[in-house]
Amino acid sequence: MPISREEVEKVSLLGRLLLSPQELETMTGQLGQILDYMGLLEEVDTGQVEPMAHALDVSDVFRDDEVRPGLPREEALANAPNRDDECYLVPAVLGELH
Amino acid sequence: MVRRSNLCQICRFHRFQWARHTVVLKYWLARWWDTRPLYIHFSLPPQIAVSESYIVVIGLEVHVQLDTRSKMFCGCSTEFGAPPNTQTCPLCIGMPGTLPVMNRRAFDLALKTAVALNCEIPRYTKWDRKQYYYPDLPKGYQISQFDLPMSRNGYLPISDTKGQFSPKRIGIIRAHLEEDAGKSMHDEAAGKADSRIDLNRCGTPLLEIVSEPDMRSPAEAKAYLTELKLLLNYLGVSDCNMQEGSLRVDANINLHIDTPEGTLATPIVEVKNMNSFRAVERALTYEAQRQYEVWKETGRVLGGPGGHKTTRGWDEDAQITREQRTKEESSDYRYFPDPDLVPVTTTEEEVQRVRESLGELPAALRVRLEQTYGIAPYDSDVLVNQGRPLVDYYVELAEACGDGRLAGNWVQQDVLRTLNERQIAIAAFPVSAGALAELLKMVQAGKITTSRGREVLAEMLASGTPAAEAMKALGIEEVDESALEDLCRKLLQANPEVVAEVKEGKTKAIGALIGQAKKRNPNVNPGRVREICLHWIEKAY
Repeated sequence: MPISREEVEKVSLLGRLLLSPQELETMTGQLGQILDYMGLLEEVDTGQVEPMAHALDVSDVFRDDEVRPGLPREEALANAPNRDDECYLVPAVLGELH
Repeated sequence: MVRRSNLCQICRFHRFQWARHTVVLKYWLARWWDTRPLYIHFSLPPQIAVSESYIVVIGLEVHVQLDTRSKMFCGCSTEFGAPPNTQTCPLCIGMPGTLPVMNRRAFDLALKTAVALNCEIPRYTKWDRKQYYYPDLPKGYQISQFDLPMSRNGYLPISDTKGQFSPKRIGIIRAHLEEDAGKSMHDEAAGKADSRIDLNRCGTPLLEIVSEPDMRSPAEAKAYLTELKLLLNYLGVSDCNMQEGSLRVDANINLHIDTPEGTLATPIVEVKNMNSFRAVERALTYEAQRQYEVWKETGRVLGGPGGHKTTRGWDEDAQITREQRTKEESSDYRYFPDPDLVPVTTTEEEVQRVRESLGELPAALRVRLEQTYGIAPYDSDVLVNQGRPLVDYYVELAEACGDGRLAGNWVQQDVLRTLNERQIAIAAFPVSAGALAELLKMVQAGKITTSRGREVLAEMLASGTPAAEAMKALGIEEVDESALEDLCRKLLQANPEVVAEVKEGKTKAIGALIGQAKKRNPNVNPGRVREICLHWIEKAY
């Protein structure tokens, strides 16, 4: 198997996906198939090929440092599940252990 | 301020920081109403008290907010202090269907800094996504740089004019560009209420400067930060305001302890939440000692059981570090190239052009001031550390009055004191370098004394008049030589006992005459009075 159930479990935790044991089983199989398929690429000799960091053959795209109007606060907060007059509200974020 | 009583009354470090001076004395004030003990460290010199058996190893990560008007990938303002969530757009709050575009100025400022830090500038650099979930990061990833940063392998030289350590180079592993996250605010007084999220800061351009673990004491760490901040100020790439979060410091620290079984390393601790360079120095001093105590108690070492890296926050009130909850391990950030952003290339010619545009940097400027104006390294350090505008003022003053050392004394004492008292910058100092030079020339020529000169400067500051007019206003005028001689003659006649004492070799007695002379005419030059009187006593009596 190219990927273990434990690895899928860890990835789903990192991606904040809650998978049932049944789904975990299915995903492990399907992800494995995808990885197997991508494994085909290993057969190509890339020894002479420059590594690629981007699909487009374009570089150096910039914008000038100019301020443009953004969103009014009401619009920025419009989709928040929970908010007050100024801010998004989320369950308490605490930095310390105790 | 009950906690204050846990601090050493002399050095203000926490009483448990044995490394300061080894022994803590506990005492009670002899006041019946004060029942709390006070502490002072027994004052052995710190270099004796610090254990010789380990070395402290420190590396620093500094985040600098680059001085741009707009954010790194969108046109929202970066201005500090706006009401929460009023400087956002669909891009920086992570809405789908948006496309980031790199801010030209942010890249240029980062490049300038990297070149000034003696970094290698690769021809090719790209942007990656660093993924983690946190409420202040709406996209679920931070745009940063992973395997191909825009610069690497630089260094920053540091030294200490007080000789706490020898001059050395601190290596720079890399400096790379990334975007800032938002701010979460939690009101602990409100109990377990929700945290409030302000996304104004999301997407602000940051340069992360990562040093090698080359620092061997908290003092070296502080010196590195001071020199780095100064360099950034001279380059004009950031305002470096720590209160506004424009400069943030995280420190990695551990100890290498010599034992009979060989050298051991304690687990690495990342220290956060230090809001000033002073706090950095104190936090690291505390942390080194804490690690030593923990090692003696548990024997935990780097890589062994319980030897993983932890994060601790500096508690300024309690003067201690506390363990913090950590985000996922770095290997779990699952970096991959950001497909929304294309790479950036830099040519050798561009780097050369940037290098030529840097101007005179602090290290070179110190040397020039010492060589051109004959001032000591300590003095050039004080002047240069105040920033370029003050150095320009000093140079103009030194050139105009022709005496670099005298100019240095006056700038360091009188000018800087006034700037501090009035909380103003040199640009707002009311006396121009040319006007002050006129005054210094008179002091130099002995026409007025230094202390009277200070009075004149105070008058110039108060009234905004040139030196000559200020002197007139104070009734200070140069005392005619014949009038001075006349005065001395009268004094000698009226004080035969002084004359007698001086003849017995007690030249100090002449001080009484100088005092009287000043009373009769405050404008007399005491040195001159002394000369004349001694001369006559020798000749005529």
